[in-house]
Amino acid sequence: MIYSDKVMDHFQNPRHVGVIPDADGVGQVGNPVCGDMMTFYIKVKDDRLADVKFQTFGCGAAIAVSSMVTDMAVGKTLDEAMKITNQLVADELGGLPKNKMHCSNLGADALHAAIDNYKNRQKSGEQGASMAVDVHEHEGCACPYCEGTLEDGEAEYCRACQIELEECPSCGGITKKGAGTCIHCGAPAKK
Amino acid sequence: MRKAYFDHNAATPLHPEALKAMLPYLGEVFGNPQSLHSAGQQALAAVESARVEVARLIGAGAEEIYFTSSGSEANNFAVKGLAQAYQAKGRHIVVSAVEHQSVLNPVKSLEKLGFATTAVPVDGTGRVDPADVDKALRKDTVLVSVMTANSEVGTLEPVAEIAGICRARGVLFHTDAVAAAGSVPLDVRGLGVDALSLAGDQFYGPKGSAALFLKKGTRILPLIEGGIQENGRRAGTENVPAIVGLGKAAAIARAEMESRAARLRPLRDLLIDELPRRVDHVILTGHRTERLPHHASFCVEFIEGEGMLLLLDMQGISVSSGSACTSKALKASHVLLAMGLDHALAQGSLVFGLVDGTAREDVDHVLQAFPPVIDRLRKMSPLYTQYLKEKQS
Repeated sequence: MIYSDKVMDHFQNPRHVGVIPDADGVGQVGNPVCGDMMTFYIKVKDDRLADVKFQTFGCGAAIAVSSMVTDMAVGKTLDEAMKITNQLVADELGGLPKNKMHCSNLGADALHAAIDNYKNRQKSGEQGASMAVDVHEHEGCACPYCEGTLEDGEAEYCRACQIELEECPSCGGITKKGAGTCIHCGAPAKK
Repeated sequence: MRKAYFDHNAATPLHPEALKAMLPYLGEVFGNPQSLHSAGQQALAAVESARVEVARLIGAGAEEIYFTSSGSEANNFAVKGLAQAYQAKGRHIVVSAVEHQSVLNPVKSLEKLGFATTAVPVDGTGRVDPADVDKALRKDTVLVSVMTANSEVGTLEPVAEIAGICRARGVLFHTDAVAAAGSVPLDVRGLGVDALSLAGDQFYGPKGSAALFLKKGTRILPLIEGGIQENGRRAGTENVPAIVGLGKAAAIARAEMESRAARLRPLRDLLIDELPRRVDHVILTGHRTERLPHHASFCVEFIEGEGMLLLLDMQGISVSSGSACTSKALKASHVLLAMGLDHALAQGSLVFGLVDGTAREDVDHVLQAFPPVIDRLRKMSPLYTQYLKEKQS
């Protein structure tokens, strides 16, 4: 099996799956074109995450990462929850295969998007589930240099920057082809 | 728990008779076929009789068979070897958009050397229109390569018609028959192909056994240079046990192909008819009738393939998926995209490849296990929730 026992456990028995209809914050990252999409719902009480729920379209790792993030987040203050990093999630899962690291890059982002959404709602004084969802664009299908969207079938080339792109063999992120190191994880490019 | 193997496309089980035929060549008969002494000659005799069996499977002459280490090598050999051998005539190649990477990537390499390529589109069932190939041909076209059957969607291509067009225009035609050879009848003369790739692990032979058919009189540049093995066109000491296993598997396939297909076709049709009936938003991919007799493939909406694969595996069911996440490259299948499926749908790809031992009970097991697996993943899917919401309003 390519996954650790802990990943398989979270994939088979995901914690906190579902929707919170009257959520205080909703965040969404990724999109089905890239292969992964996560929606996180949070309930906030006294500045703490009273409840977190998720729905995920994606591979086994993406589901396990989502589940682990909810597990790590529930009960934490908002500030503590913002400190959950993708690396912490991957570590907590006993590691992820290198080419699946991009899944964990989504998990914490989705939680943070939900928290941002909550904070924005507080600021603007709006309430209820009718509020707009905070959508954080994942870099998977955007050029990491200019943030421009990469068109279908052109994930290997950014028209705006006119550079060739490739997936980093270490972290799976999209980086400049021929560059010495990956823009995301700093791993040396394969020669 | 019942173990049901449905991943023909990845590997078929080794036929016990092929294993039996191979064993002496993993043991006491270890000679090098190029040696003049009797130990070598014994190995050579085995290689040459395997060559006859492989030739018979596709109606070729034994001297037209070149053993390779894999279907991928056979495809590389054909595409690079033919294009470069005939480049004085021109440097344009035509392929279909749904070819295997072992055809598409060599073509990309050739582009770097100055070759030009035209990729012919396919329709929604994955089929090439021969008229499109005709239109794509140019004065400087030297090679056309269109597969016999697609392993992801099972669709059979109109190879004979395309070969006819190429012959009339004096262009070489290669077909990657790796997914088809040994499963459907193939006759290189009747089809009129100049080159054809096949691989033993797709018809109950061993892994590492494959061959390229090359019509007599056709020139080719070797991929692997060295000694005089395979008539100087593919150097390297022959993998005698694998070649012997391939020969045996070819002989068995020739004898049993029809009865195998007759047995597997109704089971395939049961999957094709029943899965979309038992679960909504399940779409057959590929052609309904012009498809491999053992092949049933689908796209399941709102979920991603790997989750299905893992949950089905926990029920003892082995399948594959063309989804981005299951392929290590993390890209959506170029085949499904070429067929016009959108990215999200292509992520939910599921491929069933029945094998010789597949029983009705195995299919029933799938039919039973499938709906709860899909239900479970859809309950986790934001896309399904979104769909239900939109349906309500």
